[in-house]
Amino acid sequence: MKMSAKRVFCIAVCLVASASSPAIAESLKSVDEFDNVKDEKARSVAMFEEVGKVLQHPRCLNCHPVGNQPLQGEDMVLHNPPVQRGPGNFGVAGMECNTCHQAMNVKVTGQSEDVKSIPGHPKWHLAPPEMAWVGKSLGEICLQLKDKERNGNKTMPEMIHHMAEDTLVGWGWEPGDGREPAPGTQAAFGKLFKAWVDTGAHCPKV
Amino acid sequence: MLSFTLNGEKTTFDGDPDTPLLWVIRDANHLTGTKYGCGIAQCGACTVHVNGMSKRACVTPISTCEGSQITTIESVDGREAKAVQAAWKSLDVPQCGYCQSGQIMSAVALLKQKPSPSDEDIDNAMDGNICRCATYQRIRKAIHDAAKEMEASA
Amino acid sequence: MNDAHVADVSRRHFMQGTGLIIGLTILPKTAAASVTQGNPQGVEGVSQSMNAFVRVAPDNQVTVLSKHLEMGQGPYTGLTQLVAEELDADWEKMHVEASPVDDEVYKNFALGMQLTGGSTSIANSYEQFRKAGATAKAMLVMAAAARWGVPQNTLTVSKGVISHKASGKSANFGELAEDAAAFSPPQNVSLKSRDQFTIIGTHKQRLDTPAKTNGSAVFTMDVIADEMLYAVVAHPPKFGASVDSVVDKDALKVAGVTMVKAIPQGVAVYATSTYAALKGRDKLSVTWSESKAETRSSKQIENDFRQAMSSGGFEASATGDVEAALAKQNVTVVEQEYVFPFLAHAPMEPLDAVLLKNKEGGIECYAGAQFPGSDADAIAKVCGVNREQVTVHVQLAGGSFGRRAQFGSPYMTEAAEVFKASGMDRPVKHIMTREDDIKGGFYRPLTIHKLKAALDSEGNIVAWDQHVACQSLMGKQDELDETSVEGAREVPYQFKHHRCMSYNTSSKVPVLWWRSVGHTHTGYTVETFIDELLEKGGKDPIEGRLALMQPDSRDAGVLRTVAKMADEAGPVASNAARGVAVHKSFSTYVAQIAEVTRNQNGEPKVTRVWVAVDCGVAVNPNHIKAQMEGGVGFGVGAILYDEVVLSEGGTVEQSNFHDYRSLRMSEMPHVEVTVIQSDASPTGVGEPGVPPIGPAVANAWRRLTGESTYRLPMVKAAQA
Repeated sequence: MKMSAKRVFCIAVCLVASASSPAIAESLKSVDEFDNVKDEKARSVAMFEEVGKVLQHPRCLNCHPVGNQPLQGEDMVLHNPPVQRGPGNFGVAGMECNTCHQAMNVKVTGQSEDVKSIPGHPKWHLAPPEMAWVGKSLGEICLQLKDKERNGNKTMPEMIHHMAEDTLVGWGWEPGDGREPAPGTQAAFGKLFKAWVDTGAHCPKV
Repeated sequence: MLSFTLNGEKTTFDGDPDTPLLWVIRDANHLTGTKYGCGIAQCGACTVHVNGMSKRACVTPISTCEGSQITTIESVDGREAKAVQAAWKSLDVPQCGYCQSGQIMSAVALLKQKPSPSDEDIDNAMDGNICRCATYQRIRKAIHDAAKEMEASA
Repeated sequence: MNDAHVADVSRRHFMQGTGLIIGLTILPKTAAASVTQGNPQGVEGVSQSMNAFVRVAPDNQVTVLSKHLEMGQGPYTGLTQLVAEELDADWEKMHVEASPVDDEVYKNFALGMQLTGGSTSIANSYEQFRKAGATAKAMLVMAAAARWGVPQNTLTVSKGVISHKASGKSANFGELAEDAAAFSPPQNVSLKSRDQFTIIGTHKQRLDTPAKTNGSAVFTMDVIADEMLYAVVAHPPKFGASVDSVVDKDALKVAGVTMVKAIPQGVAVYATSTYAALKGRDKLSVTWSESKAETRSSKQIENDFRQAMSSGGFEASATGDVEAALAKQNVTVVEQEYVFPFLAHAPMEPLDAVLLKNKEGGIECYAGAQFPGSDADAIAKVCGVNREQVTVHVQLAGGSFGRRAQFGSPYMTEAAEVFKASGMDRPVKHIMTREDDIKGGFYRPLTIHKLKAALDSEGNIVAWDQHVACQSLMGKQDELDETSVEGAREVPYQFKHHRCMSYNTSSKVPVLWWRSVGHTHTGYTVETFIDELLEKGGKDPIEGRLALMQPDSRDAGVLRTVAKMADEAGPVASNAARGVAVHKSFSTYVAQIAEVTRNQNGEPKVTRVWVAVDCGVAVNPNHIKAQMEGGVGFGVGAILYDEVVLSEGGTVEQSNFHDYRSLRMSEMPHVEVTVIQSDASPTGVGEPGVPPIGPAVANAWRRLTGESTYRLPMVKAAQA
């Protein structure tokens, strides 16, 4: 994808997003690698910062947008064609998410080199508005994850399960041709998340 | 061998299961009202209904259609379709006409869920259907007219 | 175009055309037996040809043969209205289909061959098709008079029925058709005056509308022939590159792929389905020879074009002494450069063609052709058959905007090469994907304008100097190409000193007319520059323009009308501004006012547009309105979002609708159109709605934000 083309869609979101997105990491540190951080609170924060490499990856942020339109691509531009969240986060009448997205990633054959596949999952939809992450600091996202008002009314054990087992979350590591996966693996991410919870779920500074 | 129902008829396909529904409809079944325009779900010219919901046939592998009810422009029916097609004719909506099968299929899908859509509902439902002749103003009016007609005849 | 000339030529050629046909009974086109979809359905029974344009069937159905391609602008219906009017036919019995291809009989009088383009379909046919109707009617009347033994002047004709009041006898056209066809056509028929029209000037539903609402309309993409192969071509990544070597092993392994052949345009993959062809093409490994390729980026091409403007050039027009006027002490000189990008047409139906060999060894081609005769020439040349052995069956075209009109038929040459390389044993459908289309060149040329004007101490524009650099669409190097400067060489404003210079530049990027041709850029520069000059001079955009025009001109007429429309619509919305532009193209006068606001991303959003159009006699006012609405939408999309960019090395960056944006529903302004009542000969409406919208929007945006747009597209410019 080319900047010139993508910039057409949304300058405001791009600016906000790039201000808070960390550099893309390809791997995740394991829980063991944080053993050297002796202070438990500091270790917890450090592990959440590692978790943040996933949370703030475009694969995750694109469907946790502010407002009613998802983003797409590594540079997180407004989804094109234009689509809307709709009442249940599954799109609107006549233009649901699954009008285009299937239950699995679909390879595109013989078309644009920019669009190698259309992503998909049986539950393909947007995170609800209260789970918007785009433009937020990692500290803010951290507080959001612990807040049942803004995390889908989940307890921490449920959150651990969600991060480690949910297959829509897992899509981030198998995003289809032409898309960079989230760093590490879902299993490693789940372990880190659990370790963060087990160490007190301390948040980085907002 | 995949089986599905195409415009009410039991149909099978034994080719490459990755084949997009679009080419199964067009090349294998010779139903040509459903159009190719982009191949990447950008333009909506290939819109059909799968189990009553609008689908972009160009990015729907036939492997996902096992047992599905597929309806194309050639046999779309019911009060929404009748009202939409009548309004399209009465306003002379099409110019080149190539995108209009997709426009009509999207409009029918919208009206099935929202019998009296607002302008915003129309924007949201129809933004995925490109018309290079830019007949959008008449499409919008035709959808409103179809909604009124449906209400009057209800 | 000179209307008197058209009418004169029209008379001669019409009779020539009828002379060739009269007395013969032409059956519906016989096409290759193996084509199961793509030939006209025709009407019941054996139709009688009244002349080259009108057939009457026994059941009273009348078929008009359109010499013009239907690509969306409505000629099928407009031309049929012309015939039906003079025939006094029953509109409900009228049909239309594509005429055969014949560059003489079906010539476009404005352009010298059978050709659809330049917004000429109604204009060049206005007399010819009415005469076709009138002549047919006269022959039917002769037949009735002979059958009933009564004088012709005692017969009346209405809605397809000829009656003899005194005896109470009547017969419909169908009952008289066979007798009528045996008469020689009268040499002189009189045509109705405008006040006698009952069909021309009224809204008739487009004849192609029903088929375009139920999926039954057949485009080239939909033509089906038995045993047909589907072919796609891998094209070089740079303009001017060619195939060096191909590894096709993996492509041939794809189920359904039957052949891979190198052709001059690239590498063709043939298969038993479109999907298999696409999959096969993805598996090709092609090495391209780039020694003759264009390797410059758009930026470099732009710099080279700018350089080319420093010397030479052709004087396209000159009044007074511009240089002296600009050099005067007591004037304020304003200078500005404008840059326009390459633009793709992106019709919804990408280019495509079906070719097959018939039993007689001839070649039949199914295509939505703007230049069908030229396409037939190309097929004959490539496939090595006589021109007489090539038959082109013109299909509905899914848009074009100029894309299907190419001198020398390079697209059809490619399709013919694909067919020839296949061995010509089976029918072949060649299609371009959206990427082939957008990356494939034949763009609106990248164009630079440099303008300079002098304002006197009272803010009056006393001199206007305009320099235009772009590739010649007509392939000219050492002479002026008028299409480069149309709309700039003559402007509706009376400037004491005026000059327009043209510079032919070159690149290997193929260029082509794009809906409204040179007016796409000249309309923008003239109308935005004058708007800024008027503002600098403290003048009102409408009154200031009117003061520079002949008061009774048609330009002034549409401008006054559009101003009134916008005034009557009420005040400007809050956080919005209005901009105006007026531009004549293809002999049609259009003025537009656009109301523009900012969307949530800070980009321009066009909310309302008022249009006044003067195109002479309005054959079908509703379709004229549709063309204005569509022209506005097409233009807004291009002006806001579109450019084709060659990146470093010369490859095209854009490829499909995700990065070559089209206007969408939520971005379409509400358009109101007034069609001026006129007795002048009709002129075109397919293109003239496009040129004013860009400058009207840019003028509104400048008034809203203070920002001028000198480099298009606007949205990118607004972010730069």
